[in-house]
Amino acid sequence: MPGCVGVLALQGAFREHIASLERLRVPTREVRGLKDMDGVDALVIPGGESTTMGKLLTDWEMLGPVRARIEAGMPVYGSCAGLILLCREIENSSQPRLGVLDAVVRRNAFGRQVDSFETMLDLPVLARPGEDNPPFPAVFIRAPVIVGVGPQVEVLAEVDGQAVAVRQGHVLATSFHPELTADSRLHRYFLEMCA
Amino acid sequence: MEQGTLRLKTGLAEMLKGGVIMDVTTPEQAKIAEEAGACAVMALERVPADIRAAGGVARMADPTIVKKIMEVVSIPVMAKARIGHFVEARILEALGVDYIDESEVLTPADDRYHIDKRDFTVPFVCGCRNLGEALRRIAEGAAMIRTKGEPGTGNVVEAVRHCRQVMDEIRFLCALPEAEVANYAKEIGAPLEICLMVRKEGRLPVVNFAAGGIATPADAALMMHLGCDGVFVGSGIFKSGDPAKRAKSIVQAVTNYKDFALLAEISRDLGEPMVGIEISSIPEAQRMQERGW
Repeated sequence: MPGCVGVLALQGAFREHIASLERLRVPTREVRGLKDMDGVDALVIPGGESTTMGKLLTDWEMLGPVRARIEAGMPVYGSCAGLILLCREIENSSQPRLGVLDAVVRRNAFGRQVDSFETMLDLPVLARPGEDNPPFPAVFIRAPVIVGVGPQVEVLAEVDGQAVAVRQGHVLATSFHPELTADSRLHRYFLEMCA
Repeated sequence: MEQGTLRLKTGLAEMLKGGVIMDVTTPEQAKIAEEAGACAVMALERVPADIRAAGGVARMADPTIVKKIMEVVSIPVMAKARIGHFVEARILEALGVDYIDESEVLTPADDRYHIDKRDFTVPFVCGCRNLGEALRRIAEGAAMIRTKGEPGTGNVVEAVRHCRQVMDEIRFLCALPEAEVANYAKEIGAPLEICLMVRKEGRLPVVNFAAGGIATPADAALMMHLGCDGVFVGSGIFKSGDPAKRAKSIVQAVTNYKDFALLAEISRDLGEPMVGIEISSIPEAQRMQERGW
């Protein structure tokens, strides 16, 4: 387990990610600036508005240093807006990004808020010996999908044939929001990735 | 697959936390807001300061304006319906707006009832001045709450008063012996079940933003210190001298509200703020905060 998981706290649902991680008894820290990254072993980028977060990462000159940390092996998990910020390419957008995930993302892929949905999602990677692995309650809010992946990227789950959970080595990303549910299995999976 | 659930409605508000929602009246303003880092925009025909100046009956914006703004930005777009006007709300839902503000800035359409927001797919945000009002709106299905403040004044005092009032009443409710909770619920006109939820969590069950009079980065940071989850800025941006710069500074202030050296830096050279109005100079009958029941 990592010593301390940083949660990017510039904007969005960082409180919920912190609560999810605390349920798993892992120390967390809100990351609002570069100085907060000292002593952080892994990073979670929450849902929120990707353009707002990208703008603030740029304003506080965090984009390059955080990217360098991830490229040097720091595990990272992004949900929704976090996924968008991790992707190499964002369809029809030049907004700032970390670009460490070899994938192409489409923002608001299911439509507007009235098209947001909840569904039960099969996530075979969450299976543990001696445990049931029921479908995961997946909350999609103005969610993105991944429309193209590089050879290193493993697709963990799909909706209508489109990737909504992917992993590339120490980079994990989901279109949906496990932090809005009481189900800790995805956060546990991320912490295991950090080991 | 399920749509329009409470979790999806409150969940979008959770995603807006720590952000700034800006009033815009044109696609150009919407682009400026998005580029400044707004987490959402409110599409309007006129900002509250102009509604106040114009007088008469203020209604839902022309759908053309709302649609044009939806086309140019990728962030969520909100729009206002009159209090109780569920048909305006249905029209905005049909347009595909991401959030509806059942707002006292517009002239109320019903003098007794707010919209029953529960069977809409689109989520609603509503204003409040105290805990009872907040919890009545939540009972009707609001998925997000904001202070009313006094819109269009550039004067933060009413937003501060409403925010402190809600926070004080939450603390009071949490400290009450359990046997007195039902009577307190009756006194503030709030459903008992929601009072019990607030007591259990020590906070409102939905996200709570500040609104109504925020004009500077310092105003925005003040509201964050008082416990708000984010801010709405109405007239404060596009009624000021340099909207792009002021918008960006307010976004930065909300994220870094505890960093006073940084606030000093980003508060510099913002140009003319909007002209403010002293609340006591507004006759009570013309105060927008008095609208809503």
